[in-house]
Amino acid sequence: MLQIDHLTVRYGDHTAVDDVHLRAEDGEVLCILGPSGCGKSTLLRAVAGLVHPTAGEIHLDGRALDGLRPDQRRVGLMFQDHALFPHRTVADNVGFGPRMQGLSRSDIAARVEESLALVDLAGTDVRDVTSLSGGEQQRVALARAIAAQPGLLMLDEPLGSLDRALRDRLLTDLPPLLRSLGTTVVYVTHDQDEALALADRIAVMQAGQIAQVGEPDELWQAPRTEFVARFLGLDPILDATVHDGVATTAVGRLPLPDQPDGPTRIALLLHALRLVDDLQPVRPDEVAISGRVIARRFAGDHLRVAVRTDRDVELAVPVWRGRGPVAGDEVTVALATAAVHPLQDTTPQ
Amino acid sequence: MTTGTAGARPSTRRWTTVALLVVPVVFLGVFFVNPVATIVATGLRPEGSFDPAAIGRVLRDPVVARVAWFTLWQATLSTLLTLAIGLPGAYALSRLRFRGSALLRASVTVPFVLPTVVVAAAFLALLGPESPINTALGGLFGTGAPTIDLRRTVTAILIAHVFFNYAVVVRTVGGLWSLLDPRLEDAARVLGASRWSAFREVSLPLLRPAIASAAAIVFLFTFTSFGVVLILGGPGRATIEVEIHRATTQLLDLPLASVLALLQLIAVVAALVVYGRLQRRVTTQPLVATTAASHPPQTTGERTFLAANLLVVALLLAAPLVVLVERSLAIPDGYGFTHYRALFAATRDTVLAVAPWQAIRNSIGFAIAATIVAVIVGGLAATAAVTGRGRTAGVVDRALMVPLGTSAVTIGFGFLLALGRPPVDLRGSPWLVPIAQALIATPFVVRTLLPVLRSIDERLREAAAVLGATPRRIWQEVDLPIVGRALLVAAGFSFAIAVGEFGATVFVARAQFPTMPVAIFRLLGRPGIANFGQAMAMSTILMFVTASAILLIDRLRVGQVGRF
Repeated sequence: MLQIDHLTVRYGDHTAVDDVHLRAEDGEVLCILGPSGCGKSTLLRAVAGLVHPTAGEIHLDGRALDGLRPDQRRVGLMFQDHALFPHRTVADNVGFGPRMQGLSRSDIAARVEESLALVDLAGTDVRDVTSLSGGEQQRVALARAIAAQPGLLMLDEPLGSLDRALRDRLLTDLPPLLRSLGTTVVYVTHDQDEALALADRIAVMQAGQIAQVGEPDELWQAPRTEFVARFLGLDPILDATVHDGVATTAVGRLPLPDQPDGPTRIALLLHALRLVDDLQPVRPDEVAISGRVIARRFAGDHLRVAVRTDRDVELAVPVWRGRGPVAGDEVTVALATAAVHPLQDTTPQ
Repeated sequence: MTTGTAGARPSTRRWTTVALLVVPVVFLGVFFVNPVATIVATGLRPEGSFDPAAIGRVLRDPVVARVAWFTLWQATLSTLLTLAIGLPGAYALSRLRFRGSALLRASVTVPFVLPTVVVAAAFLALLGPESPINTALGGLFGTGAPTIDLRRTVTAILIAHVFFNYAVVVRTVGGLWSLLDPRLEDAARVLGASRWSAFREVSLPLLRPAIASAAAIVFLFTFTSFGVVLILGGPGRATIEVEIHRATTQLLDLPLASVLALLQLIAVVAALVVYGRLQRRVTTQPLVATTAASHPPQTTGERTFLAANLLVVALLLAAPLVVLVERSLAIPDGYGFTHYRALFAATRDTVLAVAPWQAIRNSIGFAIAATIVAVIVGGLAATAAVTGRGRTAGVVDRALMVPLGTSAVTIGFGFLLALGRPPVDLRGSPWLVPIAQALIATPFVVRTLLPVLRSIDERLREAAAVLGATPRRIWQEVDLPIVGRALLVAAGFSFAIAVGEFGATVFVARAQFPTMPVAIFRLLGRPGIANFGQAMAMSTILMFVTASAILLIDRLRVGQVGRF
């Protein structure tokens, strides 16, 4: 179990990590999700002992890591862009950790073989790492981190440098692999799809602080702040006034039964919006919003239509079938009321 | 490979290359190949005809053996010492970030380009009995304090060699070190490697080509060391270079000098071949750091390490130059400009045969002439190397590097042997000095211009051609504006090299046309406080002239221009 308390890392005037508390349970995959520069990589580097925290404590399986050198921590870190040793073969890269632990030659060989098999790269031992493709390098880097059998495995944007097709394939392959290790995993990414696909829990990070921690669907259903909502792709965010379980907003009156009376802010889910047509009239669990099409964009499997409502709210509405309306058309948008998420922290950001 | 004449027909291009090469080929033929060939011919026939036994006799001469041995071991020891002191410095200056680190990185290069005579003079001042070190010791321990006098010792030579070549290690190794992804060592640390084994397992193997190449350069420079050894070493401590000078000027034994020069040439060519191989390995290294490679010192250990290296820079690099200036101002009853005034007095100096200020005037005049020649010859050759195709380009590139490795003394001695007789009789001509200096500066001009010329995107030339520019207009509109700055850098370099050139100049300078380095050498060779003071004053002036040229270059520096 990884336990981080009051962790702060300051570089001069800049606070990269600001009083962070975080726990990762045994065998859990915890994703740290945030935009670049939010301090998530610094957090990993602090746990690995590569940067010195200004304040705070880090415990791994009950052992305090503070004051320990990186090589004494038995923490695995897979670097962004992999940081493979360019002057060594695949086997020498993967066997580096076991060799540093002073294992015998045959034990090292066994670990290398085992780790390469795990990432489906058996038989590449003697190859030069610079001759590998990006996807292969990524898997060698993972094998190298695994082969040292760390008590905690941390991955820093492991899929960041890969092309889209390869990333999608690895997003399917990676979760069972990580779970089969049984190790606690901390996975850093700026990509919400990656986080949602991989994580047992997600910690959203913003400006050095943890904005919200929770299971993926929990975050999705109840984003605490506007930042979290926007980062998960919820848009637009609207002002609302709740009275007796009904919120009055710029897009109409929406049922919010559990929300106390008073002003709040709500997030709308893209997929909760659709265009109303003759085949699919407005249903009882939807509210109708009228507006005018201002632009349309082709997005491959669907068309995205920008609609400005009569009260000047811009909505991005997906159209899955047909040719769709063109700019200037008057349309009616249906909003599924179940997809309305009140924010817990309503400070505009 | 880029080509300089987009759209031109192959035959036109070939003729362009040939035309560009005429001047460099003639220049190098007459002033480099001819003297070197004469040395080889004389060296192989020490007694007038080719006779292996005669060569054997010269080689078995105990003087030759002693000189060769001394040259070898002092060069080896100097190289090891420079690496031992320079490698930590390379780390401190490339990986640790602190206030003024960029400025310090630029200024450690200054010693490397200072004239050898200035450096030797500075160390005479620092390591002599009048040095502030001794004054300080006397102040601390009273009159009973030991007086440190390291003049005419091997120690002095070694320290001066480290002074010169510190920058070679810092720039060559530090340059690669700053490109090395710091996360590679981080990765090793996280995988359980201690600081030391992370360095040994990851950084050291990746740096090895740069370290080896720096070592090869330092070895080459110290193996061919002349001015420093001549002035600081004294009798019994002669390198091959110094012995060539002694055999020529004092013993008048030209056959001995020729055999020594031949020996020197062979050693230098061998060192250059090794260096060339190592260079190839450096350039194929696939490394580019994606994150900032330097960080502020974080731990106490790092801060101590940085402080120790800054102290080395202060004591080794700054102290001699400070003491040089201090000595130039020191007069029996305090400080003043007496020595400087003496330099500019109209009276004819007994040691120099001319008024000292004339040496300053000569130096600057010769250096300007040498710069013009070097920029023309080097510029044409570099353009030809870029215009020519694969093979031609490679040959031109390499042929122009040979004079770089050939020692200045060999060139000076070769001039003396070859250019004092028909077909090229320049005996007594003052032109010999700027020509020798230009020969030494030309490879630097080529080295400066080539990367810039090559870096010009061929598509720029193609775009100009498609838009209707003739090959000549392309050069004028595309190449020249980009190369303009590099040309200035090359000129500055040439000037700095020429103005401080000693090894070749001392052979060919006529008594009535001494340059500053020659004048300093002669003044240092005579006893007397006045002579010593004037030598210090002239060294100070020369130091400032060279340093200003170099600092000017540093301002203009584009990309990798001016790397070793």
